[in-house]
Amino acid sequence: MSVLPQETTVSANSSTATAETRAAKLMKRRSRIRFYEFIVWIAAIAAYFLLPSKMLILTEIAILALFAVSLDLVLGFAGIVSLGHTAFFGLGAYVAGLLALHFIAEPVTGLIVAGIVSGLLGLLTSFLILRGSDLTRLMTTLGIGLMMAEVANQMAWLTGGADGLSGFSPGPILGLFEFDLFGKVGYLYCVVVLFIGTMIMRRIAFSPFGLSLKAIKGNAMRSAMIAVPGRKRIVIAYTIAAVFAGMAGALLTQTTAFVSPDVLAFHRSADVLLVLVIGGTGYLYGGIFGAILFTLVKDWLSVITPQYWMFYIGLLLVILVLIGRDRLSRWVEYLPERLSKKEDR
Amino acid sequence: MSEIVLETRHLVRRFGAFLATNDVSLKVERGARHALIGPNGAGKTTLINLLTGVLPPSEGQVFLEGEDITSMASFRRVKRGLTRTFQINQLFNEFTPLETVALAIAEREGVGHNLWRSIAGYGKVVDEAAALLARFGLASVMGERTVILPYGKQRLLEIALAFASRPRVLLLDEPAAGVPEDERHEVLQIVSDLPADVTVLLIEHDMDLVFSFANRISVLVAGAVFVEGTVAEISADPRVKAVYLGENA
Repeated sequence: MSVLPQETTVSANSSTATAETRAAKLMKRRSRIRFYEFIVWIAAIAAYFLLPSKMLILTEIAILALFAVSLDLVLGFAGIVSLGHTAFFGLGAYVAGLLALHFIAEPVTGLIVAGIVSGLLGLLTSFLILRGSDLTRLMTTLGIGLMMAEVANQMAWLTGGADGLSGFSPGPILGLFEFDLFGKVGYLYCVVVLFIGTMIMRRIAFSPFGLSLKAIKGNAMRSAMIAVPGRKRIVIAYTIAAVFAGMAGALLTQTTAFVSPDVLAFHRSADVLLVLVIGGTGYLYGGIFGAILFTLVKDWLSVITPQYWMFYIGLLLVILVLIGRDRLSRWVEYLPERLSKKEDR
Repeated sequence: MSEIVLETRHLVRRFGAFLATNDVSLKVERGARHALIGPNGAGKTTLINLLTGVLPPSEGQVFLEGEDITSMASFRRVKRGLTRTFQINQLFNEFTPLETVALAIAEREGVGHNLWRSIAGYGKVVDEAAALLARFGLASVMGERTVILPYGKQRLLEIALAFASRPRVLLLDEPAAGVPEDERHEVLQIVSDLPADVTVLLIEHDMDLVFSFANRISVLVAGAVFVEGTVAEISADPRVKAVYLGENA
């Protein structure tokens, strides 16, 4: 720099300053709240007042959404494919049920304990997904899911086996809010947990950690060359995802007062993947949009064609994949990106 | 200036029956501008891959500042100051150049594991990223997705990204490949401007660039070090000319 004539140095300095201002602005814009985020949460509250007779399906959507958002953290961010995510969902469901049956009926306690126990399983099994390709990961996670289902089935003395777990009723939330017959409190409870969970994962998404996960997904070799400790990051992300999946399972137990062995069934792992395919990956809200669409379509199809609705779900999947993953994962991002650019210029 | 920062001892790498690296013992001094040349397929990139841990060697050892790093993970080597660029761009397609460089700086500063604070909150990291991008002429495209950038810009980002880790030993695998003619010298100038104690190992085919940049040259042929010496020695060596002419004829 010192060899350069004075003028050049000055202009170089000022252009660096301009670049710094612009960079700060761009970085802040990354984590700006997008318009669809407001819409989602306003709609969630509005639904409570406008659709009092639809509380059960809305609750189902909120639970599936939390489950899907948690999977997005590993799939959409770290790029880890999983066909066994329901292992954590199911474990959380059973833990919440057993806790309510034998120890403490207060739901928030059950939610937290379920999250911790599922997180521990996530931590233990995360080491199995560090090696290998997508295919080996699919098989490993599928295997873990199937093993959990069989364990729950065999340990009938604890889990009720094929009959499931019942005979408990969750107490009032924090000792204050009693679950009602119409599921209104249950719905609000699930929406609040979904909101908090999404906000936590949103923070993670825009942190250096979240960015490093996307770097691992984008180019694992290069991410190592900028000193990203890939394995450690994947272990942490997988564990966090397991915590929230377990919480989603606990919500299902607490709002239905029943644990069916179905919580560990393979189709749940497949469903939640489908939810992310529909909603798009890598921006968290895909899990919420996908859960809404998936549940509504499934509900609608099972009414008009009770026997063959699975066929149409499959057909939908084929069409979605043919349209192209890239377009899918970006469809909603196009709008706010353009809007926010206009604001700036 | 005689301290050895990077050393290999009897390094061997086989791909099946093919010997890509054949008993390479190399010593690079601190602050050296060391060029690695040789005909296509001589094993130059394989050697870089062995040095950076992208590939494990079949035999032999690698030392960084006297420490055996043969079985050390790549990201740890980067933390110890050994960084590289790739011959074929290895970038994060969906990232912007700003995100790319900021992440590398965040990892260097040891804040990459923070999962609670927004990266925008690290003002120093963002400022440094912006300054680095400005230095490489990438300030105007810092907010674009990398995948849509023209090749020349991606190439500059590839090198800027290695700079972001502030290496003490930098391995450049054909950095000027694909960079427009008029920008080549700029790129090499930025590399030349690195502090004198930063060691650079350069792979390059453009002999003009090599001779103007390097102070020491190793010629690799068929995976082995064919000859090593100063620029004057190598440029005068008839055997080197023969290797190149023979290979190109």
